[in-house]
Amino acid sequence: MRGKVWKFGNNVDTDAITPGKYMSAPEAELMKHVLEVINPRFAQEVKPGDMIVAGSNFGCGSSRESAPAALKTLGIGAIVAESFARIFFRNAIAIGLPALTCPEISALFADGDELELDLIRGRITNLTQGKTFYAQPLPEQMLEVLSKGGIVPLLKDIASKGTK
Amino acid sequence: MGATLAEKILAMASGKDEVKPGQYVTAGIDLAMNTDQMYSVYRVLSEAGIGRVWDPNKVVCLIDHYTPTPTVESAEVSKKIREVVKALNIRNFYDQRAGIAHQVLPEKGWVLPGELIVATDSHTTTYGAFGAAGTGIGVSEMAYVLTAGKLWFKVPETTKFYIFGTLQPRVMSKDIILHIAGKYSTEVAQYKSVEFAGPVAKEMSLDSRMTMSNMAVEIGAKFGFFEPDEKVTQYLTRRTNKAFQLLRPDEDATYERVYEVDVSSLEPQVAFPFAVDNAKPISQVGEIKVNQALLGSCTNGRLEDLRIAAGILRGRKVHPDTRLLVIPASAEVYREAATEGILSTLIDAGAIICNPGCGPCFGAHMGLLASGEACVASINRNFKGRMGSPEAKVYLASPATVAASAIEGKIADPRNY
Repeated sequence: MRGKVWKFGNNVDTDAITPGKYMSAPEAELMKHVLEVINPRFAQEVKPGDMIVAGSNFGCGSSRESAPAALKTLGIGAIVAESFARIFFRNAIAIGLPALTCPEISALFADGDELELDLIRGRITNLTQGKTFYAQPLPEQMLEVLSKGGIVPLLKDIASKGTK
Repeated sequence: MGATLAEKILAMASGKDEVKPGQYVTAGIDLAMNTDQMYSVYRVLSEAGIGRVWDPNKVVCLIDHYTPTPTVESAEVSKKIREVVKALNIRNFYDQRAGIAHQVLPEKGWVLPGELIVATDSHTTTYGAFGAAGTGIGVSEMAYVLTAGKLWFKVPETTKFYIFGTLQPRVMSKDIILHIAGKYSTEVAQYKSVEFAGPVAKEMSLDSRMTMSNMAVEIGAKFGFFEPDEKVTQYLTRRTNKAFQLLRPDEDATYERVYEVDVSSLEPQVAFPFAVDNAKPISQVGEIKVNQALLGSCTNGRLEDLRIAAGILRGRKVHPDTRLLVIPASAEVYREAATEGILSTLIDAGAIICNPGCGPCFGAHMGLLASGEACVASINRNFKGRMGSPEAKVYLASPATVAASAIEGKIADPRNY
């Protein structure tokens, strides 16, 4: 997969991604406000397939799954960050949104660069600058969930097998 | 080789003799708690065609964020949750009146040392104060847990904070955790299990321990333990008939790092917007007027917190330009504070007493802030827009500092009271 990079700094929190005050609003309304306190252009201009490159501790704060879900709904193909807050990381994988850790990533991309991602190999290419890097490999459990497309397809398997 | 608390509990829960940091295990869940996100969890279950939970006796549901419901939309969600718990046969359901989950679950005897507890709320780390491995998950993973009764975990490394010295009067456990975040950053325990240890931790009341375990997630932690002791046994004796074991870390357990935290000269701390690690000692705060002071939340809305605030506010008045909101963490705290006379003291001082629940902390209920306003709050997060307008500012502090600030109408040093 490849897409244009939206760059963010450190400590992007879940209240910035999906603000609490819009959480019980209709989905279309919530989508208008995603990340607005950091970059008001983001929700308006993001295109399907775009990628996020971010600093450390991305997704810190609440356990709200609406945060990765909103980014996925807006079309974000993958997030590559220096590090993730752990609940956000798990939630992203659980809904089938690739989240990769690469401690050097911020220095390697400028806003608007083209990023190509080979998820299985963890290979990240900056097509604009013509450079290739590797993310930390995802554990087997997470790759399995991702390859299924998230927890829901996994649960469908369980339901169809009739276990428990 | 000895084991830390996280290693012991994850080994037990996954049926292994021992586990090592970095290892992935599939662990059985002792308790799964759902808050207002129960309906979202149900939608995931429905989408997947799952119509029952693995063990209703191990599932608790509680409405605490939107209570009483502030909007028609949230009223509709609450209505659906009541239908859902019936459909899934979840009998352990606390509707809007009980209070905040992280206070109510311990009170009702659901949190036992040595257990593995997951919930759809990041502050589930609070249960570490009782020696339980509590951690937050999202709704999809909760749907998986409710189906399968298990979840995979990476065994975390453990970071120890050895806390020693003598706390000055009016300096609270909240100040210690804000100091730790400020000194070592909000990432110091990223993906790690934390153990708070040392003589100060041992001396601490359970209320004070819960504050620090609660905020362990703010320094990135998966779990935030205190070693369970006789205080835990005493607390639980009148709350549960279930057997439990005071599981403790081994003396020769391996720690990723041990931080020594001397609290003898620790001043009250204030975390400035918009990050929890933006903490400063009160002597360096300067003149910051506050429109609102908030005493409450799963971090600091307990009896001890209310008692300390009442001690400071007794015979004094809240500043005319400041609103003081007091939100007891649970119905039990509310009743005990009433019995003890704490509430009448606070009311006489000019406080607004609200019903138990999450209150304005997460930014979608009562007590929200207007643009340009500042609030000093005993809560856990000061992110931009967290408590209302993105143009408002939230300063994190202890209940004592909140009370002193309410009197002066600006952030104030509680040691002067």
